[in-house]
Amino acid sequence: MAGAAAKTTLVHRPAWRVTGRWVGITGLLAFLIAPIVPLFIWSISFRWFYPAILPTEYSARAWTEVINPNNDVVGVAWNTALIALVVTAFSILLGVPAGRALGLYEFRGKRLVEWLILAPIIVPGLAVVLGIHVLFIRAGLSNSLPGVILVHLVPTLPYMTLVMSGVFANYDTDFELQARSLGAGRLATQWYVTLPAIFPGVVVGAMFAFIISWSQYVLTLLIGGGQVQTLPLLLFSFVRSDPAIAGALSVVFILPAVLVLLLSSRYLSGDSAAVGGIGNI
Amino acid sequence: MNEKAPANPSRLPSLPRMRLSEKGARRMTIGVLLAPVIVVILLLFMGGLITGFLRSLGYFPLIGLNDFNFDAYLSIFTDNGFIRSFVLTFHIAFTSTVIASILAIASAMLLRPAFRGKRFVQFIFSLNLTIPHLVGAVGVLYLFSGSGLVSRLATGAGLIDAPAEFPALVFDPWAIGIIIQYVWKEIPFIGVIVLAILLSVGEDYESVARSLGANRWQAFRHVTLPLVMPGVVSASVIVFAFTFGAFEIPWLLGATFPKALPVLAFESYTDVDLAARPQAMAMAMVIAFMSSLMILAYMKLSRRYIRS
Repeated sequence: MAGAAAKTTLVHRPAWRVTGRWVGITGLLAFLIAPIVPLFIWSISFRWFYPAILPTEYSARAWTEVINPNNDVVGVAWNTALIALVVTAFSILLGVPAGRALGLYEFRGKRLVEWLILAPIIVPGLAVVLGIHVLFIRAGLSNSLPGVILVHLVPTLPYMTLVMSGVFANYDTDFELQARSLGAGRLATQWYVTLPAIFPGVVVGAMFAFIISWSQYVLTLLIGGGQVQTLPLLLFSFVRSDPAIAGALSVVFILPAVLVLLLSSRYLSGDSAAVGGIGNI
Repeated sequence: MNEKAPANPSRLPSLPRMRLSEKGARRMTIGVLLAPVIVVILLLFMGGLITGFLRSLGYFPLIGLNDFNFDAYLSIFTDNGFIRSFVLTFHIAFTSTVIASILAIASAMLLRPAFRGKRFVQFIFSLNLTIPHLVGAVGVLYLFSGSGLVSRLATGAGLIDAPAEFPALVFDPWAIGIIIQYVWKEIPFIGVIVLAILLSVGEDYESVARSLGANRWQAFRHVTLPLVMPGVVSASVIVFAFTFGAFEIPWLLGATFPKALPVLAFESYTDVDLAARPQAMAMAMVIAFMSSLMILAYMKLSRRYIRS
């Protein structure tokens, strides 16, 4: 990639084309950053009435309310993270073995299995969550934390499985055979040979599974039935009534996403399987 | 997603112990590895889908409805509100996907050559890959509402005098705000995929075309574009299916009439009138059907591209 990019510097480019490129890039970045800007400004504004372009008075009110332990925002954020962590753990536990089967083996019915796993990624959550709600009412899982965790598995588990299937497709089982023939047991082989080889893939997949769960809105709204509060639900309730709080909550809501991107950006070239599922966040 | 390297069956473990019934043992292994995921998807996803389908056919034994009928489908397909919603939703998904794809290809072309600060620019470019849609929707609302930041800037520049004079870009019947939000979010998604293809292919083919007398546009249109199209198509299928069924963005930025299909389905489902439930389920099935069509189109297209 670096080689291909470096080669292009040798091509002669006229000055106006270079300027045009920078105008284009600046416009693109401005468009991509624009929606985030008012969120930051609102979060520190006190008085910001039309037609003032910037707030006439600033205050830390929204931020002190957000971090005030009596206001439950911290609790809700923690709740959201806890749900996402449990969902991610289940996705790893079930998705890594399934990814191994899909990445390493050819078998009858493989196409059918791949379809089955791809379907929840393509079919929108709303189309299935109404039916799931009916099932969960009968099973006593509606309006409960376990119910919300289960329904978050619908988008995250297939995603994790596909990422791991991509990882295992480029994985060489000969190392495992060598370890076994040198006397390592099954568990030791998995721990010392398999895990280190697939670890980067697991980490990237897990971070994105976390973000997918962290961002869920309608699945939590319907299955949680107001009994399970998460950050996106809280943010929504403040959008119209208090833009300052909504701005501060948005910033909190973005933080893990930015963190994940910082940690994983070098794995995020478009040909990696990790990108495939994040159109859904 | 279809770029996964083919599995290599010759690399399978063949320990002496497995030789006795290697085939059986292999099948066992595959079954054990896959079973948990398949069970979860069958129970939750397929279970939810089938339950929704049965309810859409009016099957609801708890309240004494044991027969199947197409009443819900008949009533929504003859309802003007539903038709308007369907058309609006298709417009949202189609327009967003097309605009995002074109701008994504343009962005990837802009970001392809080496330049100073490229790493930083690429980081900002990929920033909203992970930023939740909901945050983007709130940002678009605070930017483009009547008293939003853009309206204030327009007032400051003397273009308008009051919020009411600002064109309706959110809660509008043309769903402009919703489309802006989707384009904003999906440009990097499609763009990152296109950029990866551009960088792995390099500029050699283009140079050859140029040296054979093609102008810049011809080289782009007949050499570069066909190379990136498979990636663009597979990404835009995902984008179309997502934007057709996404709930929270039209829920926040949409007009009161017509409503996007997912919003209409959700509101019918949570309606106090239980009679609206089968119709809500029928709408959910229409959304599922549209996205299934997308998967089929995707499979067909990707196979065609692989062949050529």
